[in-house]
Amino acid sequence: MSVAIDRIRWTLHPLNAVLLAGSLALFLGALLSDIAYYRSYAIQWNNFSSWLLAGGLVVGAFALLCGIVALFRSRWRAWPVAYVLLLLAVWILGFIDALVHARDAFASMPAGLVLSVVAVVLACVALWIALAGMRERGAS
Amino acid sequence: MNRLDFLAIAALATLLAGCGSGNAPPEQYGANPQLPAQQRGLLPDMVIARPAAWGDRLPTVPQGYTVKAIATDLRIPRQTLVLPNGDILVAEGRGGSAPKLKPKDVVAGYIKAKGTSPVRGGNRLTLLRDANGDGTYETKTVFADGLNAPYGLALVGDTLYVADQDALLKFHYSVGQTHASGKPVKVTDLPSAINHHWTKALAASADGRYLYVGIGSNSNITERGMTAEVERARIWQVDAQTGMHRAYATGVRNPTALAVQPGTGALWAVVNERDELGPDLVPDYLSSIREGGFYGWPWSYWGQHVDTRAQPQDPEKVASAIVPDYSLGSHVAALGVAFSLPAMGAKFADGVFVGEHGSWNRSNPVGYKVVFVPFHDGHPAGNPIDFVTGFRGDDGLTRGRPVGVTVDPRGALIVADDLSNTIWRVTSNTRQ
Repeated sequence: MSVAIDRIRWTLHPLNAVLLAGSLALFLGALLSDIAYYRSYAIQWNNFSSWLLAGGLVVGAFALLCGIVALFRSRWRAWPVAYVLLLLAVWILGFIDALVHARDAFASMPAGLVLSVVAVVLACVALWIALAGMRERGAS
Repeated sequence: MNRLDFLAIAALATLLAGCGSGNAPPEQYGANPQLPAQQRGLLPDMVIARPAAWGDRLPTVPQGYTVKAIATDLRIPRQTLVLPNGDILVAEGRGGSAPKLKPKDVVAGYIKAKGTSPVRGGNRLTLLRDANGDGTYETKTVFADGLNAPYGLALVGDTLYVADQDALLKFHYSVGQTHASGKPVKVTDLPSAINHHWTKALAASADGRYLYVGIGSNSNITERGMTAEVERARIWQVDAQTGMHRAYATGVRNPTALAVQPGTGALWAVVNERDELGPDLVPDYLSSIREGGFYGWPWSYWGQHVDTRAQPQDPEKVASAIVPDYSLGSHVAALGVAFSLPAMGAKFADGVFVGEHGSWNRSNPVGYKVVFVPFHDGHPAGNPIDFVTGFRGDDGLTRGRPVGVTVDPRGALIVADDLSNTIWRVTSNTRQ
C-alpha cells in the first residue's frame, strides 16, 4: 500500500482545479476575441478581450494563491513549484497583455494577439502539469 | 488620490513608459513643428493636475496688466460672451455620457477626475454685471437654467445662440436683460450620442446668416468604433433661419473653440489632437478652416502622417488631408480662442488669445496658461507669448485651468477657469 501512495505526487484541490480551468477559459476567450478583432477591425471584440483578460487575471490570481498554498502543504515539491512558476508567468504575461489591450483601437495589435497566444499556451501547460501530477502512474 | 498613490502611479508610468520625456518640449510652434516618431510604452505618460486653492495667490500677467477674479463659486464655467452693454454671460456645465467600455476607461476615468473640479455642472448661464465700470462685477445672477451642458455662445443682433451638448438653442435678447424672457427655442439638434468629446463650440458668421458648430470626435482614436464617429470630428455650418446644416469641414478631431476673424470673416478654430503617441505628438493647432476641408482625423495627423491605430486605413483621405496653419504644441489642450483688439495694448493688439487647459498625457506638463499668438497680415507670425500663467505653480500644484477666453472691447480679457470655478479679468493698467 505504501508504494501506491508514494506514486500520488500531489493532489490538486478541486477549488484550485476550477480556478485554473476558469482562467484558461478566460484567456482562451481573450485570444479568440483578439483573432476576431485582428481580422474584422470590429472594436467590440477588442472590448470583449480586454474584459476577458481582466477576468482571467482575477481568477488566475486566486489559482496562483491556491497553488502557493498547495506548495507548502505538499510533500512533493518539484511538480507544485513548476506549476506555481508557470502560473506566475501566465499571470505576468496576462497583465502585460492587459496593458497592451489598454492601448486605443488597433494600437493593441499585433502585440496583444501574440501575448494572448503565449498566455493560453502557458496556461495549458500549467493545467497539464497540475492534473498530470495527480495521476498514480504505475498503479494502473 | 493621496500623495503616495499619485507618486506610485507617476513612478510606474515613468518606468513603464520607457523613453524618459522629462525634457523641455522642443520648439513645436508655428507652421512647421518638429514631429518625432510615435511612441507608447506599456502605460501612457500621465501626470494629472493636483488641485489646490488659490489662497492669496493670483495668476501671473505681463507687466503693466492687472488680473482680478470677477466671479467665484461658479459651477464649471467654460465659455463666456461679452454682451453689447458690457455684461458677461458665462456658460456653466459638464457634459458627456460616454459609457466605460474597457477596464482602461474605468481606471483612467478615476485618475483623470482627480485633476478636475468636484463641483456639479451648473447647466445654466450666469450673467455678470459691472454697472459703474469700476471693474467690480457686483451683480451675479442666473440668466437661464435648465440647460444641458451649455458651452458655445454667440450673439447675433437680438438673438442669443447657446450650444448645449445636444442642441443649438436661441433666446431673444434685449440689451440690459438680466434674465432670459422665456424658454429657449431649438434651432437644431446636434450629434450627442455618447459625447466622448461633448463640448459644442459656437461662432456666428460675420453677416449672422450662419452659425458654425464644433463637434468633437467620439473617441481618442476610434477606440469606440468607426460607427460611433458618424457626424463627429467636424464643424457644421448651420443656417440660422432654417436650422439646416452641412459639414463645413471634417477630420477635425476636437474643435473646442471657434472664432470669426474680424475683417476677413474667415473661420478659425483651435483643435485638440490625439493622445497616446508620445509627449510631443500630436500638436494641438490653431487654424483657419477651409470650407469643405478635411483635416486628417482619424487616419492621419498634421497632413499625411498616418496613424495606424485607425483601421481600416484610408489612403485617399490621408492624401487629401490639409496641414493646419499653426501648431500650439502637443497636449496643451487649447479650449478657448479669441481675436484681440487694439484696446488690449500695443504688444497684444493683433493676434489671438488661446486658453490652454493643460496636459495629462505628458510627464512634463504643458499648457495650463493663456497664450497670445501674434498675427501679421491676418496670419500667425511668431511664437506664442505667455499672457496669463501661474495656474500650475512651481510647487507642482494646480490652482486653475483656463478654458474660454473672450476679449471685452473695452480692453480686457475674460478667462473662464473650470478648476477654481472663477472668471478672471485681465486689464491693461494704462487705458488705451
